[in-house]
Amino acid sequence: MSTFLELDHVTKKFGSEGMFGNGMVTIAVDDVSLTIDEDEPSITTVAGESGSGKTTLSRLLLGSHVPTEGRMLYRGKDFTQLTRRERRNFRREIQPIFQDPFESYNPFYKVDHVLSEPIKNFKLASSGREKNRMIEDALEMVGLVPGETLGRFPHQLSGGQRQRIMVARALLLKPRVILADEPVSMVDASLRATILDSIRRLNRDLGISVVYVTHDLTTAYQISDNILIMYRGTIVEAGTVDQVIPNPQHPYTQLLIESIPQPDPKNRWGSEPPQQNWDTSDTDIAGCRFADRCPAVMDQCRTSAPKQYLINEKQLTRCFLHEEKGEMQNPDITSTFQTESETIKAIPADMSA
Amino acid sequence: MSTEQSIQTYRDGARITDVDALVVDGLSVYYETEGGTVKACDGVTFTLKQGERFALVGESGSGKTTLAMALMRLTRPPGHIAKGSVTLHGRDITSLDDKEMRQARLAEIALVPQGAMNSLNPIMRIGKQIIDGVIDHLKDDEPTPTKDELDEMVHDLLTRVGLRPGVARLWPHELSGGMKQRVAMAIGISLRPKLIIADEPTSALDVVVQRQIMQTLGRLQEGLDASIMLVGHDMGLVAQFADTIGVMYAGKLVEVGPVEEVFSNPKHPYTKLLIGSLPSLQEKREFLGIPGLPPLLVDLPLGCAFADRCPSRFDKCETAIPEKLNIGGRRDVACHLYEDEVQS
Repeated sequence: MSTFLELDHVTKKFGSEGMFGNGMVTIAVDDVSLTIDEDEPSITTVAGESGSGKTTLSRLLLGSHVPTEGRMLYRGKDFTQLTRRERRNFRREIQPIFQDPFESYNPFYKVDHVLSEPIKNFKLASSGREKNRMIEDALEMVGLVPGETLGRFPHQLSGGQRQRIMVARALLLKPRVILADEPVSMVDASLRATILDSIRRLNRDLGISVVYVTHDLTTAYQISDNILIMYRGTIVEAGTVDQVIPNPQHPYTQLLIESIPQPDPKNRWGSEPPQQNWDTSDTDIAGCRFADRCPAVMDQCRTSAPKQYLINEKQLTRCFLHEEKGEMQNPDITSTFQTESETIKAIPADMSA
Repeated sequence: MSTEQSIQTYRDGARITDVDALVVDGLSVYYETEGGTVKACDGVTFTLKQGERFALVGESGSGKTTLAMALMRLTRPPGHIAKGSVTLHGRDITSLDDKEMRQARLAEIALVPQGAMNSLNPIMRIGKQIIDGVIDHLKDDEPTPTKDELDEMVHDLLTRVGLRPGVARLWPHELSGGMKQRVAMAIGISLRPKLIIADEPTSALDVVVQRQIMQTLGRLQEGLDASIMLVGHDMGLVAQFADTIGVMYAGKLVEVGPVEEVFSNPKHPYTKLLIGSLPSLQEKREFLGIPGLPPLLVDLPLGCAFADRCPSRFDKCETAIPEKLNIGGRRDVACHLYEDEVQS
């Protein structure tokens, strides 16, 4: 098993204490350990509300934020020690797809530009003909017709088409990992399906791992294998989607799932949930950060922070309600996902025996 | 004719009275462009009762925001209201002069805009923005309220939308997206309007905040005994919030009915596809989008605008535009499939 990217006890803080700070320190990502593996490509969702740290986590993975504490390792090597060449390779192997398909384009260039530029930059094609073929293949891979797409300006295409061109652009670089930060939140519901479907095909057909950052648990459930739920910088629950979504154990995950507007008028929301208090600095909270909104809060939640407890081999939670299950030995969150793929691998072996 | 049965809802605590709050009749909004006339909203007819929550859904470009803006008479050139009337509690607002309309906005019909983050003035404190509209709407002979009265009004409004009173002293950039949307709601209800138009009020917010905002909006609407028109494309939100749903496609209202009935038994093929394409948490399945794209509003087909994408189309759909049919109770559908049913 080879590890593509590893976060080792990574923390990222913003703001400062002391003389020049205003005392508000945001711990956007708090002591997260996880790995992205390339032998077993999977789709992992990072979910949480605005301000939960999911975008900071994805920027750490892209190398565009430097951890305040902890280390990031790329193919086993400390990220800060990479040579220029290794760093360049890293930038090709992990490709982002951003939220806003309108802002990702320069309106003065035809859409061909965003496709030909990366080929030029990474010297992927030896001739103009090869370049054109690569572009056409990538567009077809995401379900676009090259003849109807190339030669147009961004404003002549729909949001859904523009976002699919971004997927095609990422594809051209033959990445190992695609990091999609809210790729469908600005696209009409009827067009979301096609974009998510092309992302899923990348994973299945080309073996690319996908990190899908979203607050939409419904689409997360539909396309991903694993899920991490974040709240104010901490990972409060993680596991396989088939385990977490039907059986959420952390009260925050439960609130998130209950709040999804179900398309069933006979089954409406319960009472209004309490609002988050943004006035306290993260460093002032000694206990669980969800304590002030938690319906199941206990005394100890306000004074000490819960650890990661393993509910079963496919699910962990950071909540004292599950303290008796025992603290996880391996802090790496992804270890809860890997047990599943190992069991899957084990089954055919048994059957053949 | 009794309409008792027609205003039933599964919503707890709903108080819908059989009084017409808003009657929209044959409303058409056209944009004159070099390429021709764009029929962004064409012959739209529906009625909203007092205390009712009506949701208008459709994809981008279907004309739902055009319709909402026309109800506020905020249509800008080259757009204009070409035909039809809008009657709010017995008064036709299409015939008001500009000064009267200006008085009616906020006082009788208020807008909670899409993307509240862009609708607040960045260089004005929150408290001042909330009372700005109140002061602007004072009648000529009305005395200006004292500072204490205004402070109390701001305090009361902020508390009602779930913000602490201290927010009055803050600037917009100091608030989160959800808090800004709450401020926009405080402004919207400041003059106790009879109709609130909420145009995708939560589209940029995450699920928990979205739920909180929608529940606050509902509580405010119930407190004012007002009607509400929610404009959006999230069918889940509509199911949770509304009593009645109207589905727009290419400028026309293609289906109207009580939310429970439309969700359990959609009639128009477009509504069926919309509901069928919703991802679910109960089961995993392949995604079903709606194949094809809506037609250009400047170049509408001769027949039904949905015909190209419709799985149930037949010859007539290519040649004749379907008229609105009443299929019982408060359910209307504009589709040739149901013509025989209605006639027999």
